[in-house]
Amino acid sequence: MLGYVLLLITVLAVASYFFGRKRAAAVVGGRQQELHSRPSYHGAYVAAWVGLPSAFLVLIWLLLQGPVIDNLLLWSLPPGTVDGLTSGQISLLLSEIKSVAAGNVFSEPSLAVQDAAARYHSWQIIARWAMAAVALSIALLGLFFASRRISPEFRARHGAEHILSGLMIACSLIAILTTLGIVLSLLIEALRFFDRIPALEFFFGLNWEPQIPIREGQVTGGGAFGAIPVFTGTLLIALIAMAVATPIGLYSAIYLTEYAHPKVRAVIKPVLELLAGIPTVVYGFFAVLTVAPAMRQFGDMIGVPIAPNSALAAGGVMGIMIIPFISSLSDDAIAAVPRAMRDGSYAMGATKGETITKVLLPAALPGIMGGILLAVSRAIGETMIVVMAAGIIASLTANPLEPVTTVTVQIVTLLIGDTEFDNPKTLAAFALGLVLFLVTLALNVLALHIVRKYREQYE
Amino acid sequence: MEAQPAVRVQAPAVPEPREGQSVARLELKMAARDVNLWYGEKQALFGVSLDMFDSSVTALIGPSGCGKSTFLRCLDRMNDVIDGCRVEGDIRLDGEDIYAPRVDPVQLRARVGMVFQKPNPFPKSIFENVAYGPRIHGLCKTKAEYADVVEKSLTRAGLWDEVKDRLDESGTGLSGGQQQRLCIARAISVNPEVLLMDEPCSALDPIATAKIETLMDELKKNLCIVIVTHSMQQAARVSQRTAFFHLGKLVEVDETSKIFTNPTDQRTQDYVTGRFG
Repeated sequence: MLGYVLLLITVLAVASYFFGRKRAAAVVGGRQQELHSRPSYHGAYVAAWVGLPSAFLVLIWLLLQGPVIDNLLLWSLPPGTVDGLTSGQISLLLSEIKSVAAGNVFSEPSLAVQDAAARYHSWQIIARWAMAAVALSIALLGLFFASRRISPEFRARHGAEHILSGLMIACSLIAILTTLGIVLSLLIEALRFFDRIPALEFFFGLNWEPQIPIREGQVTGGGAFGAIPVFTGTLLIALIAMAVATPIGLYSAIYLTEYAHPKVRAVIKPVLELLAGIPTVVYGFFAVLTVAPAMRQFGDMIGVPIAPNSALAAGGVMGIMIIPFISSLSDDAIAAVPRAMRDGSYAMGATKGETITKVLLPAALPGIMGGILLAVSRAIGETMIVVMAAGIIASLTANPLEPVTTVTVQIVTLLIGDTEFDNPKTLAAFALGLVLFLVTLALNVLALHIVRKYREQYE
Repeated sequence: MEAQPAVRVQAPAVPEPREGQSVARLELKMAARDVNLWYGEKQALFGVSLDMFDSSVTALIGPSGCGKSTFLRCLDRMNDVIDGCRVEGDIRLDGEDIYAPRVDPVQLRARVGMVFQKPNPFPKSIFENVAYGPRIHGLCKTKAEYADVVEKSLTRAGLWDEVKDRLDESGTGLSGGQQQRLCIARAISVNPEVLLMDEPCSALDPIATAKIETLMDELKKNLCIVIVTHSMQQAARVSQRTAFFHLGKLVEVDETSKIFTNPTDQRTQDYVTGRFG
């Protein structure tokens, strides 16, 4: 039904486009230059009035239909049925009614439920037809209204362009609203967590043992929610990753822009960027199966004990993963420095090295910084590699040879297995997520700000 | 093959003697002999021979693509950075072959400065722009010495009074004419012996152009200046000698007044009277 209605609206809108176009041409007897706007703008204007309000109405209708019918159902139940039920039980009752209405009867439903199911069924049908009727009449009203406005003086182009820009605003709003929704849901759950665990303990506590019993008789840790070791672990791994990625990325960018032959550059650059296309799971395998054992063997050789899931292995592999972020953005930034800067420096008697360090890198610094900050936020938010290669136990250490855990790893481990969304263990994941989100958001904003502020400074 | 007639080291008399300038013969500073240049397979310069004298301005004129800028860039080996560029011939600075293996282009460019068509200050402060050359060549030791060099260079470039209160501001924030004078200050900060100018005024308005031309008059007292220009009026105003290039060849070189009033070659005649180019 919904599909048919939308299809009908679309067909109507397309038809009214042609109708409007023809009508506009007819109004001036085919002498187009007498029209303020071209016929196709008139057509688009009419089509927009036919299609958009009715489609919008369908959307609103769909959003409201469910809750309205649910409430009506609860009203129509025999008095006293819902008294004293919790919201969870009520929604259980409603879904029972709906599954009976859909014909999925598992046990013997009560008479009241059967009645309600029948009512639900018929109301649904009524609602569908009503929606179709209302949508169609709105579409026809739009057609009537818009086609009456067609005249030589009518500024249809402005109207159509306004509608179009409105649509574009709506599209960009979707992204913003989604972000807002994510933030809100994180925030609300995090606040629930802070109801149970004081924020002071979370942010400054040194002990992280979140696996508290959910069922009775579970053997678990004591339950402590001091997130400092998790944060320092994240920091340590991100630091190792950046220590690997920054010099390698930067030097390869300098090589590619300043030293490499164009043919070499044409091969190496895409290959480097290919690194960014490798799924992070594969990097995880690489870290666990290749890098970590190799490091351990090397450690045995020189007599240094290296944990199998050391921060070094995870951070190092993560560093390899984010090389392309730095190299690619730095490469673009250096290549964007005008030839005139290089000429100016060479003409002063500067060597290539001096030109690069004293002129090109400072001029490209905003782009390079932007790349590095994006890479940092990527490193902090990266999940798969650390889930596979880093540790799970939160330990407060700065030794890269020991296992540490990260925010993302903890979120994953908190949300798998037994979960209950009333429990500090599960809610802690949201608090961690909120912190992670805020940090990466701040880094991204900072990166964008730097890039924007200093962009094209040399022009 | 044209011989090298007027070019032979007979220094010309200065057209109009000015105060403070000796009417005596000028000293030969740079000499190019039979310079050929290729970009890959394409030959861009054909047997160019030209003398450039100290304390005077030599103007290179000619239609676009005639090789005058290319020739200019041979004089400080800026063509070295271009892939596939090959230079043959003999170019001497004070009698020393600048393409000899023992000459480092980096050192050469400290002696032969260059100013470009489009002002290209670095995205650094005005002070750092001028101090760039002294820094990389290690000419100064103390901060005071740097400040001194910067002030002197900016003063010589006629920019000091306009920027002395904002040396910390970015050089890219100046107006086009100021930027170009900043680039001149940067070029002369290392006390070059030769200053090459590649159409230095083509991106500037007439007032800024007039300032730069006055400046060149001042600078040439102790510099050998070679300027590429598309403006024949400019060549006539600022230069003592003018060389006319056409299709990669040096057609004629002589005193500026002679080139513009009584050239020997028909092509020069046609060009300076505006019949082509």
